[in-house]
Amino acid sequence: MDKSEVMSDNGKTKSFKLMIVDDSNIMRRRIERSNQFDELELVGTASNGLEALEMFKKMDPDVVTMDLTMPQMDGIECISKLVVMKPAVRILVISALADKATAVEAMEKGANGFLNKPFTDRQLNEAIADLMR
Amino acid sequence: MLQEQELKTFVEGTTNYFEVAAQQPASIGSPYLTETPPSVHDYTGIISISGKREGVVYFTAPKAMLTVLLMKMQENDFSHETMRDLVGEVANTISGNARRDFGRDFVISVPSVLAGERPDIPQKPGARSFVIPINWRSHSAKLIVSLT
Repeated sequence: MDKSEVMSDNGKTKSFKLMIVDDSNIMRRRIERSNQFDELELVGTASNGLEALEMFKKMDPDVVTMDLTMPQMDGIECISKLVVMKPAVRILVISALADKATAVEAMEKGANGFLNKPFTDRQLNEAIADLMR
Repeated sequence: MLQEQELKTFVEGTTNYFEVAAQQPASIGSPYLTETPPSVHDYTGIISISGKREGVVYFTAPKAMLTVLLMKMQENDFSHETMRDLVGEVANTISGNARRDFGRDFVISVPSVLAGERPDIPQKPGARSFVIPINWRSHSAKLIVSLT
């Protein structure tokens, strides 16, 4: 996939701060490597919901990728707290949990997109592009 | 006891994982039933299942296979910790994907990981396990599903 840009209404390129939340180091690095968007700047990573809340307060990201099955605090609970802290945050759930009820619950809590693991680079970048529109 | 259709869910989940994550399909051997704990490889990722079903799902693979899998994923860290991370992630992904058919009451734990040839796999007394043989490139691994 070519590098993509997300344009604001006045035609200028927007920049977004990205936080990646996943209990797997491999997955965090994979998401970081796969990111094709120059305007998406990684500002932090976290390995569970509690760490994510702390990182979120410090770095104020605009876009979050969120795993669901994590120790200490799971992704669903974390999403609920993040949207209270910043209603405009855009959250893409990236999870192995493939049942519809979980996806619906995540969206109801405030997620904006849902991508199942495993995923291709193309699927990830399309999901992120949808999130930033 | 696992039904044939349920077993198919795990076979398809395993096939899908290698096709998408490793961009190279694995061939799946004929699943078989065993009443004795199956032998395991160098690294084993274990997911405990609770809710409407109980038991364990685990993925066990040799270090050589995991190394190649990491390479295919563009990973350049081949440490012991990364191997542990990978087997846990594979077990988590296949188990989580199974909720497409089993539903959300098929509750999966975060992965625990064991390394070594004779790890102590938690298993209910008398539980029988289905072994799904996985052949990928020149390597062999197993997905083991033991559910009541």
